[in-house]
Amino acid sequence: MLLILLLVPLAACDGGLWNNPYPASDEGKSILYTAFTERPKHLDPAQAYSENEYEFLAHIYSPPLQYHYLKRPYQLVPLAADALPTVTYLDSNRQPLPDKAEPERIAYSVYEIHIRPGMRYQPHPAFIPANHLLKPGSAATLGDFAQTGTREVTAADYAYQIKRLVHPQLHTPIAGVMSEYIVGLKDYAAALQAAAKAHPDEFLDLNQYPLPGVEAVDVSTYRITIHGKYPQFAYWLAMPFFSPMPQEAERFYALPGMKERNLTLDWWPVGSGPYYLSQNDPNRRMVLTKNPYYDSENYPSEGEAGDAAAGLLADAGKPLPLVDSIVFSLEKETIPYWNKFLQGFYDASGISSDSFDQAVSVGVSGEATVSEAMRAQGIVLNTSVSTSTMYTGFNMLDPVTGGNSERARKLRRAIAIAMDFEEFVSIFANGRGISAQSPIPPGIFGHRDGCEGINRYVYDCVRDLPVRKPIAEAKRLLAEAGYPGGVDAKTRQPLVIHFDTTSTGMGNKSRLDWLRKQFEKIGVQLDVRSTDYNRFQDKIRRGDTQMYFFGWNADYPDPENFFFLLHGPQGKVKFSGENASNYSEPEFDRLFEQMKNMDNSPARQAIIDRMLEILRRDSPWLWGYHPKNYVLQHGWLHNIKPNIMANNRLKYWRVDAAQRDRLRREWNQPVLWPLWAGSGLLLLFGVWMWRVLRKREEAR
Amino acid sequence: MIAYLIRRILYAIPILIGVNLLTFALFFVVNTPDDMARMQLGIKRVTQEAIDKWKQQRGYDKPLLVNSAAAGTHKLTDTIFWQKSASMFVFDFGYSDDGRSIGREIAKRMGPSLAIALPTFLIGLLVYVSFALLMTLFRATALDMAGVALCVLLMSVSGLFYIIGGQFVVSKLWHLVPISGYAGGTDSFKFVVLPILIGIMGGVGSSSRWYRTIFLEEIGKDYVRTARAKGLSELRVLFTHVLKNAMIPILTGVVVVIPLLFMGSLLTESFFGIPGLGSYTIDAINSQDFSVVRAMVFLGSVLYIVGLILTDISYTMVDPRVRLS
Repeated sequence: MLLILLLVPLAACDGGLWNNPYPASDEGKSILYTAFTERPKHLDPAQAYSENEYEFLAHIYSPPLQYHYLKRPYQLVPLAADALPTVTYLDSNRQPLPDKAEPERIAYSVYEIHIRPGMRYQPHPAFIPANHLLKPGSAATLGDFAQTGTREVTAADYAYQIKRLVHPQLHTPIAGVMSEYIVGLKDYAAALQAAAKAHPDEFLDLNQYPLPGVEAVDVSTYRITIHGKYPQFAYWLAMPFFSPMPQEAERFYALPGMKERNLTLDWWPVGSGPYYLSQNDPNRRMVLTKNPYYDSENYPSEGEAGDAAAGLLADAGKPLPLVDSIVFSLEKETIPYWNKFLQGFYDASGISSDSFDQAVSVGVSGEATVSEAMRAQGIVLNTSVSTSTMYTGFNMLDPVTGGNSERARKLRRAIAIAMDFEEFVSIFANGRGISAQSPIPPGIFGHRDGCEGINRYVYDCVRDLPVRKPIAEAKRLLAEAGYPGGVDAKTRQPLVIHFDTTSTGMGNKSRLDWLRKQFEKIGVQLDVRSTDYNRFQDKIRRGDTQMYFFGWNADYPDPENFFFLLHGPQGKVKFSGENASNYSEPEFDRLFEQMKNMDNSPARQAIIDRMLEILRRDSPWLWGYHPKNYVLQHGWLHNIKPNIMANNRLKYWRVDAAQRDRLRREWNQPVLWPLWAGSGLLLLFGVWMWRVLRKREEAR
Repeated sequence: MIAYLIRRILYAIPILIGVNLLTFALFFVVNTPDDMARMQLGIKRVTQEAIDKWKQQRGYDKPLLVNSAAAGTHKLTDTIFWQKSASMFVFDFGYSDDGRSIGREIAKRMGPSLAIALPTFLIGLLVYVSFALLMTLFRATALDMAGVALCVLLMSVSGLFYIIGGQFVVSKLWHLVPISGYAGGTDSFKFVVLPILIGIMGGVGSSSRWYRTIFLEEIGKDYVRTARAKGLSELRVLFTHVLKNAMIPILTGVVVVIPLLFMGSLLTESFFGIPGLGSYTIDAINSQDFSVVRAMVFLGSVLYIVGLILTDISYTMVDPRVRLS
């Protein structure tokens, strides 16, 4: 076995470090090394919706808008568009209305988007007509096509992609939402469905069917007409769903023999973004390489106060992207990922619970800094509160925990006080989270800091900070709800609350035990019903639960994207919507309808304040916590500023490859003495054995 | 022997149908086509319409086993079971639920799995047999006792410990090989050397002890005494007589696993970032991808049957008394 190890130097004869997982020829190159933990399911911008898919897609495709990398609060800026869309409001007779028109008068909103001229697609064989005429099966991979080409991005490509959102053979998560808004999209979907049924084996030419709500006006202008006023629509325009798609790419992948070789648009994207996917092996490695035709964007020259001092504007005005390629390696386990980061083979890393104490020191005032060992390696810590919320919901249809009666409200509030989420975050998330005061996380319009943002039903405000009310208050509320000491005053039976969760196995036992303890504080018994994901979803759909645990990641930075989770017409049981708690409160629903169409303003904030007050009073959720992201980066990585909304942030990052190479060599010199010592011992043992055997033979 | 092999292959058909049926039943007891659709479509903004569309496109909108609405043979053939199973008997595995060709995926992942499993198997066998012979050679001495104690110790340690410990010592402290990763061709050597070492290490305890027991049983037999009486050296007795006669029990355990080497190892591949088949089935179960699950179970069954047939054939090679008929 030792002999095998002794052969290792042969493998390192390329002159690189022995433990370098990358080719030695990569040294000195402007490459960003990062990892992915789960293979993406979809890379078609019409189908992808997960964060791990957007990690790739957001760098490959160029939707019209994006989030400003540096400015906060998050704001939309043009990406492929040359300016933010102009929005024209029309009444039901299609007559223009003033910008300040009442939302109820607005029957249609027309978004007119001008795209930047001269943008071109990545090199791809689909752009060479001759490649469409090759015999089926003549190419096993995209690399087998001798010729690749490109062409200019047109407004028609953007219009085409919108049509793809309802393609009968694609599953677009937002098809339902968009069909509600984009004029004619529902009928268009039906027409496509009928056409696909009538000619199942033919290529479905989407341009053969009219879609009145989407119009390519000229080569660089297109219009989208939506029903009513929906200001959040602009946020969707920053997502890959609205990227340009050349029809020849779809035709190319529809050629016979392509699908059998895993050559599909869902696997080999064709984009006009800063990078293209040059290697796609989701079991091992995916590589994004700079799109040679991308020259339409520069590093921002403005940011927040303090960004210049932090060096975040040092590259202002430089053409993007700043690194030539990005290598994503599959790392399913956290331990190898972490150790490779420490050796310098990954440029940045998150922190798992196992490594937290090694990586982070938490000061007396709660601020997190990198540990001494990390600092000595030049590692820097970046933290940010994510635009997501982890909550525990009550089923409002349940006769015990649900309903809008004062009794039920008091019961829920008592549980809310007892459930100490500060402790939960401290124990189970290494302090990486802040207890939520409402569904709206910091950074989203409507969130308030300080005393005015505190949930007064659960917390007191002490020196501008939330302090959880004493457990005696919870017991008092419980007694008023008819359960003194956790016993039903009418039946004399102990109150038992059923909690449904997908947490099973030993790893989650401590969490569930902690939950039970929270309820014990007020004398209530918690019955944890652990179940698999399918059964859990079933229970939620049927409303057959009392309490459950869920989370939500923002699609876009607008309070509407959180409040709709509690909007009555989104009720899960009645309407199969996203409101898993089946919460329904007429005033809240009315305010929601009013708020969702408003632009951010003091008036909108006032409505949100009222909505939050209703929610806090009714407590349909235990608001839980907003997770905090901790990211470590090596000193050779520059321009890192946490941006939760922007998925295309890697194009702003810069790597000092010379510094990285020098430090890697310093940190990873092979230690050879164990090999020599082991070989020596093995040799000695062999000699000794030989002598013993010879003696034995001689003695016979 | 040919007749025997044909008979065994024919026996395999009902076994494979049974395995297929059992996999199908177990999978659909736990999951419904709706569950599968939801798992593929994600949590956010999933409508019943999208679920129905997903099922219809992948053929999961049909009845499971019997289509009472159909006529004639279509009652059986126009079902999920038939549509998903029949093609496998000609090794057409179809597409996974995320639209990828399963056959191509298996072919692609098999290489890296074999790059670890085959050397681990061959070198491991050599090491285990050598170590067992060494203990047998020094039987009832302090070296034998120490060897057995070492075997028990090695058996008692979890495989995960070897992986994490190996990565920590060899890769992190000594910087001799990459912690994880993979490359094709000759570049793969530095990536597979540690998993191979750890794989061998993990098997030393149990295998060497087992082989030692077999050798000790043989060494007490008359033919060994005769060989010694003829003046053969102890080494010669062990290597030319004992080893040969101990081959049948060794082959029973060894040959049957040869075809299964293709299937890879979940833990090793996961920790070392080897893009093999080890995690393919588990990932498919987690994502409720029935197409992949049934393909992998079918392949595993076929390989196991092949392994058993190879074992039978190997008996005839090491023991002339055995005849397959």
